[in-house]
Amino acid sequence: MIEIILDALIIGFKINLILLPLILAVAYTTFAERKLIGYMQLRLGPNRVGPKGWLQPIADVVKLLMKEIVIPSGSNKALFLIAPVLFIAPSFAAWAVIPFSAEMVLADINVGLLYILAMTSIAVYGVIIAGWASNSKYALLGSLRSASQIVSYEIAMGFALVAVLMASGSMNLGEIVKAQEGPFWHWYWIPLLPILVVFWVSGVAETNRAPFDLPEGESEIVAGFHVEYAGIGFALFFLAEYANMILISVLTALFFFGGWLNPFHGIPYLGSATEWVPGTIWLLLKAAWFLFMMIWLRATFPRYRYDQVMRLGWKVFIPVTVIWLIVLTFMIKAGVGPWFSGRGVL
Amino acid sequence: MTAEQIVFYLFATLAIASALGVVMVRNSVQAVLCLVLTFFSMAALWMLLEAEFLAIALVLVYVGAVMVLFLFVVMMLDVDFASLKQGFTRYVPLGVLVAAGLLIGLYWVLRGEVFGLEMMPEPNKHGAEHSNVEVLGKLLYTDYFYAFEVAGVILLVAIVAAISLTFRGRRERRGQSVPMQHRASKDERLHIVKMDAEVAEFEDQQIDQDSDNTGKGKKKQKSKAKAKPKTQTKGESS
Repeated sequence: MIEIILDALIIGFKINLILLPLILAVAYTTFAERKLIGYMQLRLGPNRVGPKGWLQPIADVVKLLMKEIVIPSGSNKALFLIAPVLFIAPSFAAWAVIPFSAEMVLADINVGLLYILAMTSIAVYGVIIAGWASNSKYALLGSLRSASQIVSYEIAMGFALVAVLMASGSMNLGEIVKAQEGPFWHWYWIPLLPILVVFWVSGVAETNRAPFDLPEGESEIVAGFHVEYAGIGFALFFLAEYANMILISVLTALFFFGGWLNPFHGIPYLGSATEWVPGTIWLLLKAAWFLFMMIWLRATFPRYRYDQVMRLGWKVFIPVTVIWLIVLTFMIKAGVGPWFSGRGVL
Repeated sequence: MTAEQIVFYLFATLAIASALGVVMVRNSVQAVLCLVLTFFSMAALWMLLEAEFLAIALVLVYVGAVMVLFLFVVMMLDVDFASLKQGFTRYVPLGVLVAAGLLIGLYWVLRGEVFGLEMMPEPNKHGAEHSNVEVLGKLLYTDYFYAFEVAGVILLVAIVAAISLTFRGRRERRGQSVPMQHRASKDERLHIVKMDAEVAEFEDQQIDQDSDNTGKGKKKQKSKAKAKPKTQTKGESS
């Protein structure tokens, strides 16, 4: 019995080792977003709180925690309060299977890919329940939009993950990275380029980020599904959205860009000079680049029209992934090198 | 008590409690959420049986997709509870009969001689390297290949049937055709009108001011469009 409690404590400690940096990263992602978009729009961004505005996210957190929780009249109180929790729990739970380096992973399970897909698919409940329990037209419209968007892009994303699974021959995230071992042209971004685009754009759509931010389109439905939430409830939705952004960035780095592998490996001088850098740093750098791309997208593109979002998901992405799955099958069976050499049978 | 037992009893209790909730809770949306919780705790129990692929597929397919659609339908329905309770006493005998029949049927299938501990020995435990997915995939694509493909065809038939049921001929409605929108070019949308300069006197200064305005971009779109032909004519004349 004592061993079980001890084990639980150790696991809890490890979970905190992942979650606390994640929450800090979320706080500073919001800061980075405001600063970057500020510079892209020729503004300064937040620069008042602390040196150069570096304490702004802390001030925001304190503000959100101090605010009153307003429960709208006529809302379903229990569901209204449970919705943010339903939204944030899967986005945290998905981090359990992420390998930060060859040895650093909380749950080294061999269905990691499916687990990620399952966790991202149940986050939709938080959105639907939030919209419905708020007893507000805007919130309901936002949640309907969000749910249909998440459900449609999940299919394209699932197909994209099937391609990754086929290429690496494993559903364990660590094995997927190990299958890409080698210099940067051994990574899957070359043979899976269309899949990479589909996965990345579907990821942006799944996280409800611009240009797919119709669920919270502020010019049409105020703030979408979380319009009635104030204070900590809103903070949880916000936290989950940014945690999902970071998750999608890390997943893209893992699936297509060799995760913790050194990008300079195999290049003369540069490869041996960067040997000492730990793999986690590479993974985080790659993820940071994709995070930057998400913010860049938001500053650049106008919002899609709703029928365009649905069209892109169903009529473009799903056929593209299905066709590329067939191409990929031939590539694997022909043993196209350097990615699939040794697996060919033709 | 091992960790597995703790997990088992936790999720078994949760499954039974939430299954009771499905039929006991008054709010229909809450009932659907209870059903989701039942699926989820059953998935955890399957995980204990080393069926990790099936467990996650259950979450992915039932919780992530089927129940979402279910929830939508229930939300959109306006359930009138008063009318549901009408005629309760009338149907009680029939209900009791059906319940008793089901109970007997269940007992017949699950009784001790058929499903007891002696008949169903504890399965062998596999190590962490045992992949349930691999075993399942090999079985599905070799021994049960035809059954698997037939199931796929049945699903396809269901899709075709659903589409043909909801498809009610061509709809005469106005919509946006995306290919046409993509084909639209600047020539169809924008007319550039050439205009002669209107002011004869102080011509040089006037043109300078106009180009200043367009440069700053302070004027609105309309004035920009107007200013454009002017600069064009200016370019031509010079």
